[in-house]
Amino acid sequence: MNSTLDKFFGGKQGGIGLLILAALLLLVFPLLLDSFRLNMVGKYLTYAFVAVGLVLCWGYGGILSLGQGIFFGLGGYCMAMFLKLEASDPESTKIQSTPGIPDFMDWNQITELPLFWQPFQSFGFTLLAVVAVPAILALIIGVAMFKRRVGDVYFSIVTQAIAAILTILIIGQQGLTGGVNGITDLKTLLGWDIRTDEAKTILYFVNAALLIGCILIGRFILASKLGRLLMAMRDKEERVRFSGYDVASFKIFVFCVAASFSAIGGAMFTLQVGFMSPSFVGIVPSIEMVIFAAVGGRMSLLGAVYGALLVNYGKTVFSESFPELWLYFMGGLFIAVVMYFPNGLAGLWQSHARPWLARLRLPDRRQPSMKPKPPAEQPGAGGATIDAVPAKQLESTP
Amino acid sequence: MSGFQMPKPVLAIEGLTVSFDGFKAVDDLNLYLDRNEVRVVIGPNGAGKTTVLDLICGKTRATGGSIQFDGRELTKMKEFDIVRAGVGRKFQNPSIYENLSVFENLEMSYPAGRKVFGALFFKRSAEVVARVEEIAAEIGLTGQLHGEAGLLSHGQKQWLEIGMLLMQDPELLMLDEPVAGMSVSERAQTAELLKRISQGRSVLVIEHDMEFVKSIAHKVTVLHQGKVLAEGSMEAVQSNPKVIEVYLGH
Repeated sequence: MNSTLDKFFGGKQGGIGLLILAALLLLVFPLLLDSFRLNMVGKYLTYAFVAVGLVLCWGYGGILSLGQGIFFGLGGYCMAMFLKLEASDPESTKIQSTPGIPDFMDWNQITELPLFWQPFQSFGFTLLAVVAVPAILALIIGVAMFKRRVGDVYFSIVTQAIAAILTILIIGQQGLTGGVNGITDLKTLLGWDIRTDEAKTILYFVNAALLIGCILIGRFILASKLGRLLMAMRDKEERVRFSGYDVASFKIFVFCVAASFSAIGGAMFTLQVGFMSPSFVGIVPSIEMVIFAAVGGRMSLLGAVYGALLVNYGKTVFSESFPELWLYFMGGLFIAVVMYFPNGLAGLWQSHARPWLARLRLPDRRQPSMKPKPPAEQPGAGGATIDAVPAKQLESTP
Repeated sequence: MSGFQMPKPVLAIEGLTVSFDGFKAVDDLNLYLDRNEVRVVIGPNGAGKTTVLDLICGKTRATGGSIQFDGRELTKMKEFDIVRAGVGRKFQNPSIYENLSVFENLEMSYPAGRKVFGALFFKRSAEVVARVEEIAAEIGLTGQLHGEAGLLSHGQKQWLEIGMLLMQDPELLMLDEPVAGMSVSERAQTAELLKRISQGRSVLVIEHDMEFVKSIAHKVTVLHQGKVLAEGSMEAVQSNPKVIEVYLGH
């Protein structure tokens, strides 16, 4: 049948794209880059988790969250709390007035480990919390907003407000959270020193593998009926509602998935960079994360990874040489993406590079089979704010 | 005269009222719809026709009154529960998923995989494919099944949306101006389609096109300022002086 054939082609192309990405992350980067640079790429890739989540909830679901830093931060903080407790054993904190609690608590005259910190002594609980705490918060936000049909720009504004609130809360509760400095001085994970080059390399691979896992989950969601429902909702929400669907529950689901992905990224950030602070939670980092997805292509799971890598690389290079210009450049980049290539790098690949490659391969024949239409990979114009050119099959873009 | 027939009506609307900031768009409305009946609601602009459909399908909440469907009170139910109870509604403007194929549009309305995890693990079984193909044949879109829905003509989009409702096999089908913007031959085809699909279900249609109304209606209800002005056969309604005054006679 025609559609199965299309699906197969789409799947094959998508598979090639994923293989190229996997080879880049698992072979090319580790072989070419020294330990320091590789760790840096690993840090960039933690943002790719957020971008991949945004492709699902913003690109396909039309839910523009400008507060993904909330979930990135929560995931990161959960991991940091565990590591901090491990680094604060009575032996190494014996100079404190209360040994055995994190140093910043001691500085703030706290004499007992707060109740909500205690479960983080367990690694199993921490792993669960990394995903569950952000997902539960996303669930609460989602139920409160989507069940009341708060959408579009109002939703974006509320997510920003929550990001701001969380930042203020973290900074204000210095004794419980480490305040503006965050949770620093993390040393070991279950006795394994995470500061060595070797540990960082291993963490890089764990990070890359988890990212590919998230992309696969994203693919599965988009290829399912739920993926088509998301697009249908984005374009004709009323029709979906009056076809017997509880629209809010699908939005809540995809928002929770995006939150969990971000949180995994946050936890991997803490592990690789060695600290977590409120500067990754607030409004500015949250908007930056949206830019990663937008530059990579909000309809492409793989594009989002490239977007996160490129923009972060650009940030590192530019802010080394022109620190004061970087923000302007970032703003300009976002405006350029919105105005000239709303589907980002993946869209450019699709509209320019792919046909060019096809012509190279088959110089004298136009071939329609280069345009497969796998159902889940047939996005259209949509999304909360950036709407201009309908995206087509970006998903199969490497 | 219509409310006292022997068979129990499928839809019984009683004392239905909705007011928007004091303006009563629908005012103490009573309307009964029988099984297998095709009812057309007509009336001048602003008479409250679309609002009545909105109230039945839950898009707008009633200020007062009741809507009984098969013995269930719809005014308190959620939209998706009303659909699942067997009420299908077509919107005035063709409301289809332009970026999906015709097949996928129809499949989307197949009454399975309607919850999050159901949708995630929904399988396109032979049963689903057969149902989609059956409905596509019914609405005359077999040839376009795998094309993008956005490329259909206006009339075909209207049929597709009707097809999407048929996928749910609703007991009550509500159509808001199904032939608006259609050519004469498309209107005739739509009338035929409605006659076929009204077998075994009740159909409530809002329409302005009098030729079309004549060709499908079993009974006509005239709304005016949110109230029923007249009800009966097309001929009776057309000769009713009150109706002529407010509507047909311009």
